[in-house]
Amino acid sequence: MDFDFSDEQRQLHDAVRSFLAKEHPFERSLAIKRSGSGWDPTLWRGLADLGVTAINVPAELGGLGYGPQETLSLMDACGPTLLQEPVLTSAVIATALLNQFAGAAPAADMLRAMACGEHIAAVAHFESDGRFDARRVAARARPDGEGYRLDAHKAVVLHAGMADTLLVSARTAGEVRDQAGVALFMVSRGTPGLLLEEYSTVDGQRAAEVHLRDAKLPAASRLGSEGGALPAIEAAFDIGVAALCAEAVGIMQAVLNATVEYLRTRQQFGQPIGRFQVLQHRVADMAVHLEQARSMSYLAALRCISADVGERRRALSAAKVVIGDAGRFIGQQAVQLHGGMGMTDDLQVSHWFKRLTVINLMFGDSDTHLQRYAAQLRGIRSAATAAPAA
Amino acid sequence: MGLYSRIKRSTAEANMHLEFTEQERAFREDVRRFLRERLPADIRDKVHGGYELAREDYLMWQRRLYERGWGAMNWPLQFGGTGWNAVQQYIFEEEAAQAGAPRLIPFGLKMVAPVLMAYGSAAQQSKFLPKILSGEAWWCQGYSEPGAGSDLASLRTRAVRDGDHYLVNGQKTWNTLGHFADWIFCLVRTDPQAKPQSGITFLLIDMKSPGISVRPIALMDGGREVNDVWFENVRVPLENRVGEENRGWTYAKFLLGHERTIIAGIGTAKRELARLKRVAAAQRKDEGVLLDDPLFAARVARVEIELAALEITNLRVLCDEQKSRAPGPEASMLKIRGSEIQQDISELLMRAAGAYALPMRREAMEAGWQADPALPPAGPRYAAGATAAYLNLRKLSIFGGTNEIQKNIIAKMMGL
Repeated sequence: MDFDFSDEQRQLHDAVRSFLAKEHPFERSLAIKRSGSGWDPTLWRGLADLGVTAINVPAELGGLGYGPQETLSLMDACGPTLLQEPVLTSAVIATALLNQFAGAAPAADMLRAMACGEHIAAVAHFESDGRFDARRVAARARPDGEGYRLDAHKAVVLHAGMADTLLVSARTAGEVRDQAGVALFMVSRGTPGLLLEEYSTVDGQRAAEVHLRDAKLPAASRLGSEGGALPAIEAAFDIGVAALCAEAVGIMQAVLNATVEYLRTRQQFGQPIGRFQVLQHRVADMAVHLEQARSMSYLAALRCISADVGERRRALSAAKVVIGDAGRFIGQQAVQLHGGMGMTDDLQVSHWFKRLTVINLMFGDSDTHLQRYAAQLRGIRSAATAAPAA
Repeated sequence: MGLYSRIKRSTAEANMHLEFTEQERAFREDVRRFLRERLPADIRDKVHGGYELAREDYLMWQRRLYERGWGAMNWPLQFGGTGWNAVQQYIFEEEAAQAGAPRLIPFGLKMVAPVLMAYGSAAQQSKFLPKILSGEAWWCQGYSEPGAGSDLASLRTRAVRDGDHYLVNGQKTWNTLGHFADWIFCLVRTDPQAKPQSGITFLLIDMKSPGISVRPIALMDGGREVNDVWFENVRVPLENRVGEENRGWTYAKFLLGHERTIIAGIGTAKRELARLKRVAAAQRKDEGVLLDDPLFAARVARVEIELAALEITNLRVLCDEQKSRAPGPEASMLKIRGSEIQQDISELLMRAAGAYALPMRREAMEAGWQADPALPPAGPRYAAGATAAYLNLRKLSIFGGTNEIQKNIIAKMMGL
């Protein structure tokens, strides 16, 4: 076993970190957030020049052909700077989804354009009644001549407004929670019948409700087979969950460092408040949470592309539980230990806290994943009863 | 493509991975085979059932290990140890615990022996080490005193020179399994005028010495585990002093920070978690079993997840150890979470028993106990010791440096 970053991962990590330290200091991210634009196309260009948008694209399509481990080092490096640009949305999740269809021209062409940052894609899959259930797809795609007509309402689609293409799931057959019958469509910006209701999320990212109303799509917009897209979509979000875990760990480390620094410098009662044992123990608890979370971010990266779906899901749910809880504890305590200053918009702590809060809620919160993990435990029942009685 | 494209590609082996090497896997198989063949079935069943072990059970296991050449997994070859590296020790601990082997009594093997190897005389080494190895001598620890717990350096047991002997007077407490012991290693005060840490001496004392009395401390679980040990004019030959007079604190401190790689008790926790799952899958509840209960299943899931995270954290520490990196606060982290997880599992085992967690029948905690065959069983067999174990394991967050002391250490290492 080995848990060190490879030389390559370390170089990726350092390259991204030093680029962002220079190009995306906190003041800059604050200015972007406050402008309401939601992102900085120049920064995106810079990230693309660095190769960030290419890392998960196969080499034969002009990408770097990396995988979850390099994504982990990338996301860990991005985390502390609270990027609003669609790295996770487009360069990780949408790329991971398109990679599964890269044998055919439409997806391959799009991946080529995404590798150099010229094209942005977002996956529009989860729906308003579905909470975190990836299998719940009510959106419908009806055959219409050579193509389809789509009706859909996709909920809280991150970066939908800046996406050139939305990858939209819709049923061609089956009931709302059926595994089969889901197809995937490329929907270009400006498609008649596509309506976005845009808003900012609590952490200052841009997102939207995506509505498709009787939108006419050509047959060529369908990716893969009719009705068999769900496993591919779930696989893409599994890779996304692992990336999100890595981002969270990067943030938690930054939050912890900032909190320790604050406790060393903030003076009250004639001494640095870090001398108080109750605060020292809180920091120790934060550190334990962080290391447990880091361990699980590694497990998530190592297992997120496992062919054994059961093992994959178990590892990712476990990781999401530990990281969600750790993010909640570390975020809350960082605000608490910064006192009133932790409440302000001017300090980065509150922004990290909001991002950690959002991360816990994305793709299934701790409770959701705990229940999923527990459900598979119950599945061991028959096997366990065959073992010798305790 | 930008900076990224200029980066040299790593080989696959350089990437992060969880897998043990082929040699390590072969070693694990060796350990498993040995455990299958040489771990006595009655001892194994006692451990799996949570029953009490006798002195002879521990010693029998130590002798079996000794016969195999595995008497001291943490010792170097020159002293008859295995010379195993940290990974091998970890694998052995994990396999042995899961197979139901008794825990190794640490006082001789892991506490006094490393001190003797580092600071003891050649005569002390040849007199004491072989019997620790072979399971002929049982050691216990004389550190804590009624007034010296976490603040160990405030200890007051006195030793004064009397010719070629020390005369020892005082009281030690929280002495684990001292009623089984042949020898005790003690910290005693030899210079009351010096700073607390500077006037302490490390002595080896024969438990059969006149003037020693051992009295059990009654604990809330009803078991006999710890004692008070009194010393009344106990004569200890000078040759039983380790190293120099008044340098004992240095030798005692040498022990701290050892064993960072197996402090978490991953193997034991895995064994008990497996037991919890077996119990919860067999324990009736409503129309099904306890593991069908979503709330109970979620509690089991949470502890399993926490244990999985701790296992990886532990493996990360192992990697650091192998690469000879200076230890950080992670031993303290492993101790805190390892103890909490074991406590959580024991609590769930207790709660699994429902109302049958209430009866306190010491006799039912003996492996050989038979219920009255004329009556239906008074609850499941596992329930008999479940609450006692829960009560007993509260100790895990107290001994070996309380979890609060561990947090002090973490905070200090983080610069607070």
